[in-house]
Amino acid sequence: MTIAPDRPTDVGGIGTSPLRKEDAHLITGQTSWTDNIQAAGMLTMAFVRSPMAHARITSIDTSEAESSPGVVAVFTGAELLDECPSLPCAWPVTEDMKLPAHPPMAVGTVRHAGEPVAVVVARDRYAAVDAAEKVVVDYDPLPAVIDLEDALRDDVVLHEDLGTNKSYFFSMPTGADVDETFAKADVVVKRRFLQQRLLPTPLEPRATACLASPASGDFTLYSSTQVPHILRLMLAATTGIPEQKIRVIAPDVGGGFGSKLQVYGEEVVSVLVARRLGKPVKWTETRSESFLTMHHGRGQIQDIEIAATREGRLLGLKVDLIADMGAYLMLVTPGIPVLGAFMFPAIYKMDAYRFNCTGVFTTKTPTDAYRGAGRPEATFAIERIMDELAVELDMDPLELRRMNWIRHEEFPYETVAGLTYDSGNYEAATERALELFDMEALRREQEERRARQDPVQLGIGISTFTEMCGLAPSRVLGNLSFGSGGWEAATVRVLATGKVQVVTGTSPHGQGHETCWSQIVSSRLGIPFEDIEVLHGDTAVSPMGLDTYGSRSLAVGGIALERATQKVLEKAKRLAAHLLEAAEEDIQVEGGTFSVAGSPSASKTFQELAMAAFVAHDYPEGMEPDLTGHAVYDPENFSYPHGTHLCAVEVDTETGRTTIRRYVAVDDVGSVINPQIVEGQVHGGLAQGIAQALYEGAVYDEDGNLVTGTLVDYLVPGPPDLPEFTTDRTETPAHNDLGVKGVGEAGTIASTPAVVNAVVDAVRHLGVQDVEMPCTPERVWRAIQAGREEARR
Amino acid sequence: MARITMTVDATEYTDEVEPRTLLVHHLRDALGLTGTNVGCDTSSCGACTVLVDGLSVKSCTMLAVQADGREVLTIQGLADTWDGDALHPLQQAFHEAHALQCGYCTPGMIMASLDLLRDNPDPSAEEVRHGLEGNLCRCTGYQNIVTAVRSAGVAIRQGSPTPATEGVPA
Repeated sequence: MTIAPDRPTDVGGIGTSPLRKEDAHLITGQTSWTDNIQAAGMLTMAFVRSPMAHARITSIDTSEAESSPGVVAVFTGAELLDECPSLPCAWPVTEDMKLPAHPPMAVGTVRHAGEPVAVVVARDRYAAVDAAEKVVVDYDPLPAVIDLEDALRDDVVLHEDLGTNKSYFFSMPTGADVDETFAKADVVVKRRFLQQRLLPTPLEPRATACLASPASGDFTLYSSTQVPHILRLMLAATTGIPEQKIRVIAPDVGGGFGSKLQVYGEEVVSVLVARRLGKPVKWTETRSESFLTMHHGRGQIQDIEIAATREGRLLGLKVDLIADMGAYLMLVTPGIPVLGAFMFPAIYKMDAYRFNCTGVFTTKTPTDAYRGAGRPEATFAIERIMDELAVELDMDPLELRRMNWIRHEEFPYETVAGLTYDSGNYEAATERALELFDMEALRREQEERRARQDPVQLGIGISTFTEMCGLAPSRVLGNLSFGSGGWEAATVRVLATGKVQVVTGTSPHGQGHETCWSQIVSSRLGIPFEDIEVLHGDTAVSPMGLDTYGSRSLAVGGIALERATQKVLEKAKRLAAHLLEAAEEDIQVEGGTFSVAGSPSASKTFQELAMAAFVAHDYPEGMEPDLTGHAVYDPENFSYPHGTHLCAVEVDTETGRTTIRRYVAVDDVGSVINPQIVEGQVHGGLAQGIAQALYEGAVYDEDGNLVTGTLVDYLVPGPPDLPEFTTDRTETPAHNDLGVKGVGEAGTIASTPAVVNAVVDAVRHLGVQDVEMPCTPERVWRAIQAGREEARR
Repeated sequence: MARITMTVDATEYTDEVEPRTLLVHHLRDALGLTGTNVGCDTSSCGACTVLVDGLSVKSCTMLAVQADGREVLTIQGLADTWDGDALHPLQQAFHEAHALQCGYCTPGMIMASLDLLRDNPDPSAEEVRHGLEGNLCRCTGYQNIVTAVRSAGVAIRQGSPTPATEGVPA
């Protein structure tokens, strides 16, 4: 069942669901994915990758590959090293963080399976792959470093010059003294949770196509990226090519989920090879290649301890993380767990909090942002341990949450972690979720199944989550040592005919910005939705922007657009007043018509004003003949979506198989521009959060091979693996001009603990206290057996 | 090299191909029909699904030479198979039901759905989910895809170019 989006007849304004502008070319195959880009004489690259997790390269023989049919050139890591000594890491989370050099292709030592060691350039993709197999690389194997706690013992050190596998130790004690608080608590519950590594798996793998003009020094890089602006800056910073000579284009991009918020070695090599050869080059990875080398997500050991009074009032929280960096620090690798630092206290009031995190190197693919990036990990741990505390206190898990959450009249509220939540209404969202879920009937059925020892047991899981998104206030990012700000830019260009081009710094890859941005402008200027074109993803068209990630596009970029549109409106009013010989304050605007108060016949349409500005025959003294509006918005705060998710699962105790019986998600993402798109974002988020709970996990063997190296071995859920969702919303407006919050990550953040809480609830009476993710049938079955074993002793 | 002739989207092509060339690479690289996408290398994701002689095939599992003498339909030729409107009911239904976000899986998802609806013109939600189990979408969570396929089924049965969303029970 789904709550059908309303589609009123005046579609196109804020709060309606016009059909997406993005769809026409996507449903007809008239697409421009990066792999579709062609240019005369274009060459294809194939990378030679390490089959070993950790080894010294003793020799590379490229001679046979070089003479292979169709091959134009072969380059090793060492040959290109001078042109880019290291890929960038933009987030030194501590002053003494250990930051290893990370050449785009390995030089001397490989540190994870799949690391590139050489690149073959040939006339077509088959010839390139054939020749790559003829590059002979001799490796002297070194021991793999897989386990995070083993890695910290430094028996085998990945980066010898650093002398340790410990990259950093970040500590954030806030509020009252944590140790004193815990010493006087009635109840303390401690747990260890494991956040398995995940493979982000956007359906479009990475691809690049680089056009070079060495004579003029101009480079155009097409890349399947979320961050064309950041990529341009980082290409300039790492290769020395002047920033103004680099144009980055993100054409159609087939999903990202954080994995394309990166500056990849392959992107840099594309530019370097195009420069060396003076010819266009392209590269498209295979899925197996992608799993080895596109950054992974999650990967943490979480030790969490919560203190409370006997009555259930929370007192304090201690969190100790070991976070798996993988072999190198990529763009924001070290910052991901630090983003989570602020979210462990979640929606709860408490006096003391201490967050510690140790970042550690392992011989695995680097980790970095994946949908939620630090916040799903934190939300999982707090929502799981709230259930464990409820059991310890013999309380209803929802009652425990209710007793401790911030009440709606207490906003704005400064949390123990130092964030100020601007708005929220946890009561309303929970109330609505309970209505849709029918908790009483499900609890009754659960009791009946337990009483009759039904082989299929029912479990109910709760997640009353919040998150911080809309990255971000630049000053806050500066305080966190992040290498960039968090503003966003928008320009509204008015063409002579009254049509409008919106230039946005956000870079959509499935989110529907073209539709939503058009709705904002259409509402404000009173012009048809169809008259607006949204331009994005090309640094030559949109020179200013900080791109799309962290559920920031609407909450930051949307506000920039709102402000740019208001500037257009102000200019249009001024011009209208001049032409109508009225005072500016007497101009009224309705439905795209600018009229004089009291004499409605004296009016100008927006289109007439646009033409008047263009011909510039008559305009006010001191005004430029132009209606363009440009704005850069730097938010004062994050946005804090929240909601209540309820999940009922059936667990077959004989096979361990979990089936989701009912899933209710009530999200509060503030005011909504397009309800249908918001619902779609929630659906997709739920799918990925549920996938972490039940299906997905990247597995390495002890030698450092990625065992889940293909889509056959790594279970991305298909249509039969996911349930029908029931979704609804409450609307508590956020602090910004549009009242909006982010929505892209909420579903993922909320759903993982809801599902695992439900699984554990289903089998807790059999002695189970936890099931490690993903809760596969085997793991659930083993947990039940272990619980029974324990009970027998 | 082998000489092959195939009809793709109602146009006949004759080409010399390496026998090892995958059908999907032939469509994309030789014929320039880039509407069909590649999402994996293990025939798991279904992004490359096309119809060959009316049956859905993951075009990364088939060699171009195996399509010699056959008729291939891709997303780019789909609309032309439907009378009276610019879009095929499946395309229209995916658009209306918001059954795509990034759109990368969409060509394969629509072509697999076409075959599914030929086998079963009025599938239940469960039947759609099982019928499409060879196709992965990472964006939508599938719910809107299920809605779209069922409403397209209604439209196709009625021979109507516009899918009737209200005809599908929730």
